[in-house]
This record gives sequence, C-alpha cells and structure tokens, in this order.
Amino acid sequence: MTIPRLQLTGITKRYPGVVANNGVSLTVAPGEIHAVLGENGAGKSTLMKIIYGSVKPDEGAVMFNGQPVHVRNPQEARVLGISMVFQHFSLFDTLTVAENVWLGLDKSLTLPEVSASITAKAAEYGLDIDPSRPVHTLSVGEMQRVEIIRALLTNPQLLILDEPTSVLIPQAVEKLFVVLKKLASEGCSILYISHKLHEIRELCNGCTVLRGGQVTGVCDPRQESNASLSRLMIGAEPPALNVRAVNAGAEVLRVSGLSLSSSDPFGTHLSDIALSVRAGEVVGIAGVSGNGQSELLYCLSGEDTRAPAGSIRVGGTDASRFGPGRRRALGLHFVPEERLGRGAVPTLSLAHNLLLSRRDTLGAGGWIRVKALKQQAADIIRQYNVKANGPDAAAKSLSGGNLQKFIVGREIEAKPKLLIVSQPTWGVDVGAAAQIRGEMLALRDAGCAVLVVSEELDELFEICDRLHVIAKGRLSPSLDRADASIERIGEWMSGLWDDAMQSNQKETAHAAA
Amino acid sequence: MLRLEVRPQPSRAWGLASPVLALLITVVIGVILFAVLDKDPVRGLQVFFWEPIKSTYALSELMVKATPLLIIALGLAVCFRSNVWNIGAEGQFVIGAICAAGVALMADKTTGPWIIPAVLLAGVAGGMLWAGIVALLRDRFNANEILVSLMLVYVAIQVLNFLVYGPWKDPMGYNFPQTKTFESVTQMPRLMQGSRVNIGLLLALAGVAAVWIFLFRTYAGYGQLVGGLAPAAARYAGFSSRKALWVALLTSGGAAGLAGALEVAGPIGQLTPYVPAGYGFAAIIVAFVGRLHPVGIVFSAILMSMFYIGGELAQSRMGLPKSITGVFQGLLLFALLACDTLIAYRLVWKK
Repeated sequence: MTIPRLQLTGITKRYPGVVANNGVSLTVAPGEIHAVLGENGAGKSTLMKIIYGSVKPDEGAVMFNGQPVHVRNPQEARVLGISMVFQHFSLFDTLTVAENVWLGLDKSLTLPEVSASITAKAAEYGLDIDPSRPVHTLSVGEMQRVEIIRALLTNPQLLILDEPTSVLIPQAVEKLFVVLKKLASEGCSILYISHKLHEIRELCNGCTVLRGGQVTGVCDPRQESNASLSRLMIGAEPPALNVRAVNAGAEVLRVSGLSLSSSDPFGTHLSDIALSVRAGEVVGIAGVSGNGQSELLYCLSGEDTRAPAGSIRVGGTDASRFGPGRRRALGLHFVPEERLGRGAVPTLSLAHNLLLSRRDTLGAGGWIRVKALKQQAADIIRQYNVKANGPDAAAKSLSGGNLQKFIVGREIEAKPKLLIVSQPTWGVDVGAAAQIRGEMLALRDAGCAVLVVSEELDELFEICDRLHVIAKGRLSPSLDRADASIERIGEWMSGLWDDAMQSNQKETAHAAA
Repeated sequence: MLRLEVRPQPSRAWGLASPVLALLITVVIGVILFAVLDKDPVRGLQVFFWEPIKSTYALSELMVKATPLLIIALGLAVCFRSNVWNIGAEGQFVIGAICAAGVALMADKTTGPWIIPAVLLAGVAGGMLWAGIVALLRDRFNANEILVSLMLVYVAIQVLNFLVYGPWKDPMGYNFPQTKTFESVTQMPRLMQGSRVNIGLLLALAGVAAVWIFLFRTYAGYGQLVGGLAPAAARYAGFSSRKALWVALLTSGGAAGLAGALEVAGPIGQLTPYVPAGYGFAAIIVAFVGRLHPVGIVFSAILMSMFYIGGELAQSRMGLPKSITGVFQGLLLFALLACDTLIAYRLVWKK
C-alpha cells in the first residue's frame, strides 16, 4: 500500500466557548483531489490552518509522507511542500505580477529570473498571465491565477485551495478544474475546500465531510448524489421550496438611465442601468462581486442620494433623491449584504436593532417605548425561529444565519411593497438559507415585489422569476428564468450580452419583414 | 508566561470592577510616590481621600468643584458616544465664561433677578458658538475635530487675556488683569447658608436625568449612539451623520459654556486670567472613568473633585508641588485604560 501524502489523526482544537475540531482524521493519497466539505462554521478553515501551520492543534498527530511532523508556521509548511491558496488574495495592487510573486519567494532569484519562471509555469499549465502587468489591472480570475502560480513555484506536494470558485464565473471554473486535474495527474495532492456539491462531485475523487467540528462521513463523491452529500453535511435534506406560477402585477420599482460615477476611487461606475420590478415577482441580479452591485444597492436603498433625478421611481414616485427613511415610507425595505455593522449594530441588543429600520414602537416626540420594542423583537425571534438569548441579546452574539433570519424578519414584518435583498444567504447555514428563501417566496406570493442580488447562481435560479446580470457597472437586459441557462448567464457575467442581443434583434427584424 | 486571551463575551463584572481596580492602582502608585518624595504616605492619602469629606463644609466644597466637571462631562459623554472627539471643552468653557461675564457686567444696582437666566444663556450660547466653529470646519472642510477643538482652546485663552488686560480691565483695580467684581444680583443663588454650593448643582443633577433620557429613551439619542457605534448602520438607517456631528458638538459646547457661566457668576464673581482651571480637560477623564454613562459620571466627577481639593491641600499642608493633581489625574486615566483591557480579555497562565 502506498504511503499517504497527508494523514491527520484525532485533531482537536478548542477555542473559548467552542470546539472547532473534535477528533478529526483525514487521509489524502498522492495525486488525490480530496474535498473537505462542510457548512460555514463546520471547522474546515481551522483544519486547514492547522495543516498549514498557522494554528496549533490541542491534540492529534499530523503525518506527512509517513513522517510525523509539527508544522509551526507557514514557512515550515512551504519547506515541507505544502502550499495554500487563500480565499482572499494577498496581492499588492500597485506592484506587478512578477514583483508580487518575488515578494513571497526567497531572495536568491533576480526579478527577470522570477518573470521567466512565471512564464514557464504559466505555459506548462495553461495559466495565461503576463508577469509585467500591475495587479490592479487584473480581473479577479487572473489574480487567482497569480496566487496559484505563486503556490506552484514552490513545487508543492500538497496544494490547499480554500473556496477557490466563489470569485469565478462558470467558464473560469472549468479552466481551473483542468489545471487542477493536470496537477493531480503529476502526483500533487490537492485539498479542495468547498460547500458546492456539484463541483466536488465533478472534480474530486475523495471527500471528508465535516459537521460541527466532527467528521460525519468519508466517501467517494463521484458515487454520491447531491442529496446524499448534503445529508452528510447538514444532517437533513433542506426543505423543498414551494414554487408557484408568476402572477406579476403593477410595476413597483422602475430604474432608468441610472449612471453614476463611484465616490470610491477603486469603485465601479454605474452606466445607464435600467430595471423594473413588478408586484408579485422576484427579480435577480447575478454577477461576480465588485461589478457595481454595492454601488447600485447604495443608490436603491437611499444610502447614496446622488442618483440623477427621475432615475429611480418607487410606486410612481421619483425617489432618486430620497434618503433611506423616506424610501421606507414608500414601502421600500432593504437587507444589506453586511449584517454586522450595517444591517445591525453589533453591540446593541436585537430589540434596539429594530429601530434602525422600524419606527412603530416610537411614541410622541420620538420616545422609545421599551416594552413594546422588546415585545416586537420577541415576536420576530419566535416567528422566524431565531436562536438567540432573547430580545436583549447583542446582535454580535448571534451566528450569521440567525442574525440574517432576524434582519430578514425585521424587514418582512414591516410589510414592504418592495424588498431588496443583497446576498440573502451569504455565510448562512443550509437550513437557515432554505428558510430565508422560503420567506422571500412567501412574500412574493403575498404580492410584494422582490429584488435579489446574489453571487450564487444556484440560489438565483431557485427563487427568481427573471434574471439580470451585472458586469463592469452595466446591467444586462432581463431574461426569463425559463430562457436562462448557467452557460448563458456565465457568458453574460463577462459583459458579453450585446452580441447576443443584436443577433436576437436581427431575428425579430427578419421575422417582421 | 501570562497571556491575554479574548473572552467569548465582554465581562459585565469587569466593566464595573475596572474603575475600582484602577482607583486602587492609582492609590498604590500614589503611596509609592509619597514615599519616594519623603512624605508620609498615610498623611498623603488622608489629604486626598479623607480631608475632602470629613465635614459638611468640606463636602460642600467637594460639590462646588464637582459641579462644573459633572456638567462638562455630561456633554462630552453625548459627544464621545457619537464618535465625535471634542477635546476642546476647556476653550468652550472659557468662551462661555466670557459671554456670561459680558452680560453680568451690564448689570447695575437697578437690575432685576432676570439677569441670572440671561447670564446662563449667554454662557451656553458662547460655548455653542465656540464648538460650532469646530462643527462647521469639520462639516464643510472635513477638518479633524480633535486638532481644531484643541487649538481653539488656546485661541479662547488669548481672547480672555485680551479682554482682561485690555477693554474689560477694572479701572479701579490697581491695574490687575481682571474685570470689576460683578453686581451681587448676578451671583448664582446659593442653596444654603455658609456654603458656596449654588443652583449649578441642581442644574447638573437635572442634566444627569436629561442626558440619560436623551441617550437611552429617545429616537434622536438612539441615532447619536448608532452613529458612534456603527457609522454604516447609521447610514443604512438614514440617520444623518452631519446632524449627529452638530448635535454632538453643540451639546458638549453648550454644556461647557454653561459650566463657564456658573463659575464666573458663582465662586469666582469676576473674569480673571485664572478662569481656565483645567476643568475642560479633567472632564474628559471624568467622562471616560464614568463609562460615558450619566450616572457613572456623577461618581467620577466627585472623585476628580477630590483630586483637585487634595492637590490644593497637599500643596499647602505637605509642601508638594501643584502638579500633583495632574499626576493623580493622569495616573487614574492610564490605570483605567489598562484595566479596561480585562473587560474584553482575560489573563491566562500558559507555558
């Protein structure tokens, strides 16, 4: 039998108040692409940090190529042949690709030598990149290539990738998989961290599933179904959504000719955005983050009031210059992407966090009726199944999923005419995500207009009636869900919808002639 | 080795215990200080912590000094909680005192008691004006309020000096740099015979209730708190950051100006170059030691007042320099900042 490349036995890591890893064992063979599957908070990241030497385990042993090792820091890990590509890149925007890579290497090489080796590695794996380009001119996918090349230049025997596809459009994911498979065929082992089931089934030939810090299953993902994997991951199948035919009514939100330059020098300028949402439908906006989503949402919520007059109409009223309070009076409610610090004040109680967007417990002169406020919070906690220590619990004491349920509940209970939700289930566990999506659909069925901005295509396909794509500050025309496919949306995510639209128009012209 | 470890939740017990421990550390260092200076430490502690409370008269003097500290610190609590850093309460205190003096100097033998509220309002308006300059520069030009408010302290002191050395100098005052003594009708009414405690104490206590209600029971106060704790959440909610800035600075400026008016028309009774006694700076410490909470500030104002009186007594009875007061104030603030670490962290012994 071959010696495993990496073998973990009985790894335990405790943090104050939580056991991140509890007796975790994991084996990776040479040339194996091994998935580590689990929800947010299942202990995946802690485990990877232990392997990479940035966290020290309380108990357990690590064997690398059959030898027991104590990796004390990432430098030692790299010397052993372990490399890691993090979810968040560590690149300097103002330096070139070669300079960035050079920074991470030992200084025995000169810059031209580094450039040459980058070009060589890039050619070998089809990772097309120009070493002399400054990093700020690269797309997110290209930045990830730089990170991967940097990892490959150390000739690793084990490559760890943390959620590598969360920033990529579907076509780029395909390319990445080709590279990873080639690497594996040369004997490099890969640890692939993800919670996306179909990717794991496509790419990996081994899988360890974590739940609540413990291993709940080791399997060959190619033999499993999405349902069986998700059972291992969450312990139950997510409840099915109640999908109903669209019954769209009057137009509630109309955006037209919205162009705005960003106030942030590294932001995205919005250019001629047009969009309409009717009562009783869910409209989705897909796109890789950083393409103008946050700027658009600031304009829609009223946190940015610089939009040109007449460009945003809510229920027929020109709201482009209204602040958030006046837009709420028109029935526009908004759930922002950042829960802590924007959607909720971390140190304030849940009850007091209601006051951010709700004013129904205020008496004359803005007097806060504390009893009524706590009652309101208690009602939302009960109705939306929020796991919290009562209305007085600080917002930051809740898990991401529970806080999101509370915030969504807060906005839905305000009986909005238009609900705008950004990344509704980002960093939320599967159970809570299903509940939140269900609530949004129920709201739609009750006749509310819903606009969802998300990076998760699966989610958008699940709940939306129509889809737009945002790319480089421009918004695509809308597509009915029936006409949308992952490939088409993926293409549009790189901004290529004009050709498609032109050929469509030609066809219609022909038909008319 | 001792190490700090993050607590899963901030400790409530330490939130209350930290100021007490800080006071204890201040006392211990104070004892060492006395010993090093060859003074009797027991006598030193007596002067600082017993003399100021040993008689009714001593207690009333304690209140006289605590009142301006309390009023200024209450305003600063609103300001700091809004994440606006007004360091220049001393300057607003001085301008408040100047404006109040201007009104008081207009009084003559025939003036009625209506002059009292007029003097107080002039003080409030002066403080607000001085803090309003800070707000305007921050609002329009994004000038750092810490620097602007601090520098305006020195401008205010020069304005005071100009007036008492120049146009407002008492012609009968043997060329001393001071105004004439105000008419007795402008004197703040005293609460009892034989003590200098005046209506300022009542205003301060009313201020405690008002600040508590504003911060914790009104929507406007809630907006100030949210702006201080999470600016992005305030923007999301629709609270204007500009309004918060103005409310914070005008409140704290007005409070400091009121304290200035109460000082010149109370214990001092005329405008002199010695009006700036450092209350505006000491109140910053008072506000933080009191946890920016109105009730906590009552206790810390009394404590700081003890340091003031103790410092004066140490000067006359033990021959210690005047700066001993400042040393104790600084010790307390540093000890508190250090002890506050224990609220969010705990000490663990690790090999």
